[in-house]
Amino acid sequence: MSVRVDIGHRLGDFAIEARFESAGRLTALFGPSGSGKTTLINMIAGLIRPDKGRIEVEGRALVDTDAGIFVPKHRRRIGMVFQDARLFPHMSVASNLRYGRWFTPAKERYADMDAVVDLLGIGPLLNRRPVKLSGGEKQRVAIGRALLASPRLLLMDEPLASLDEARKAEILPYIERLRDETKIPIVYVSHSVAEVARLASDVVMLAQGKVVAGGPTEVVMQRLDLLPTEERGEGGAVLDTKVLRHDETFGMTVLVSAAGEIRVPRLAMKTGAPVRVRIRARDVMIAAEKPTGLSALNILPGTIVAIRPGEGPAVEVDIDCNGATVLARITEQSRQALELRLGGKVFAVVKTVSFDRANTGAGLPLEVDG
Amino acid sequence: MTWLLNLTPDEWNAVRLSIKVATVAMLASLPPGIAIALLLARGQFWGKTLLNGVVHLPLILPPVVTGYLLLLTFGKRGPAGAFLAEHFGIVFSFRWTGAALACGVMGFPLMVRAIRLSIEAVDRKMEAAAGTLGANPLWVFATITLPLILPGLIAGAILAFAKAMGEFGATITFVSNIPNETQTLPSAIYTFTQVPGGDEGALRLTLISVVISMAALVASEVLARRVGRRMDIE
Repeated sequence: MSVRVDIGHRLGDFAIEARFESAGRLTALFGPSGSGKTTLINMIAGLIRPDKGRIEVEGRALVDTDAGIFVPKHRRRIGMVFQDARLFPHMSVASNLRYGRWFTPAKERYADMDAVVDLLGIGPLLNRRPVKLSGGEKQRVAIGRALLASPRLLLMDEPLASLDEARKAEILPYIERLRDETKIPIVYVSHSVAEVARLASDVVMLAQGKVVAGGPTEVVMQRLDLLPTEERGEGGAVLDTKVLRHDETFGMTVLVSAAGEIRVPRLAMKTGAPVRVRIRARDVMIAAEKPTGLSALNILPGTIVAIRPGEGPAVEVDIDCNGATVLARITEQSRQALELRLGGKVFAVVKTVSFDRANTGAGLPLEVDG
Repeated sequence: MTWLLNLTPDEWNAVRLSIKVATVAMLASLPPGIAIALLLARGQFWGKTLLNGVVHLPLILPPVVTGYLLLLTFGKRGPAGAFLAEHFGIVFSFRWTGAALACGVMGFPLMVRAIRLSIEAVDRKMEAAAGTLGANPLWVFATITLPLILPGLIAGAILAFAKAMGEFGATITFVSNIPNETQTLPSAIYTFTQVPGGDEGALRLTLISVVISMAALVASEVLARRVGRRMDIE
């Protein structure tokens, strides 16, 4: 599957010139508010008609202004989950779920009601009215409704943005199951580093209507300079790891990654399960020699591969730890004191308790708070 | 009290005729009422202000003028009247159908206003969501828009019905006051007041008028509340 977008559009003073393609499982359109990501996703859905350009999903042109093609939204078979759920207030949850089925040709219906209800855990809600649902429940029903129309592509427009942290934690695992257990490619709009790092396989980063970076999440997320100012503190390395074992004595889980073993607060996951962790650059210390007498448990040896000026007194240091890159944000003063330079052998130090629900994703929520 | 229920056959006919005329007027104005309300609420076209003005004319013109204009257009020699009689066999002049037409026209602005307001209150994002689920514009209208504007539709229909029950000026000008054909309740009451000793009959019909109008109002309240409870729109 692939999504290809190459469009130009003007909305008053705001101009969008965006070009990207993605074949990932879950592609995040990421950027600060006003960067044009919602406009782009609305164009893919067919809710906005671009002035010029071409949009292609799985080789089928949905928009091609040169060829005069514009497929109306109801013939695109692209599911959309809106930030505000938009459940139909005059129908029960079950009727909302079944709505899209009516309009899907029988031979293209692949979504199974029971399986979707099960996947999203919405069985007990079926007979309720949307007004009786909590924000998180509404969003799960909205996801189910979009899925049951058997879409070729699922678009999600900041589905968690209007929910509080507890509700977000409730829904994130369902989106992960959706990504891992169904075959539908997903395009996900977000301005949150935590969500993108946890969910996305690919990232398209937008700023002021233009694509500024694109590629696999681990690579794009390291471009701290591209992150929106208010999210910069959340930026850092994204590592794919597996659960090696649990340490019941101290309530920890040991993960194994290319960079070495990483200890995090106990995760409610099975041994061998994949876990993606985000290590915030601001949580990483650098030691020039292997530290002793230190409380931090995670000490990863590596080589400095890049040093960039950061904000204010900070510099950003990329450390290659056996193929996995870890980012550290330290002060220029420390850099000079430690005489850090490219190619230098160092140790990246991360406290176990700096990992929390927001940056050890995958699977069920943590049993123990970090 | 028995004199209250002791209606003469002519009086019964006036009651029946009024209900028939008002019901037909209401039902027949619903489809064009919804169409015009949609146009006014969502359309962007040249002459929208003009259309809005024309729809509201019966509200501001003296009813006699509206009735006379109907006579000129839909009368036997009127252009529309002659055409309809010749091609479809539909005759309005001095028939109960003419009374229904007059009542429908008089109630039309009230109906359109109520429906238009409810259409403007519909969250168009709901319709967009239905579109992404595969519903074409007609299905979106039938399954989303129409149910969401139902309270407004009911209110508009009841307003039109009540207006039709009370319509007098345009009806009597257009189709006159013929017992058993065009003599609706108001015309019958008017006739009673013009003859000596007609007070009793006038009072009887007046009370019946009040009862029917109140019943319509209560029915609309109950219906609207039931629909509202079912939806609980946030």
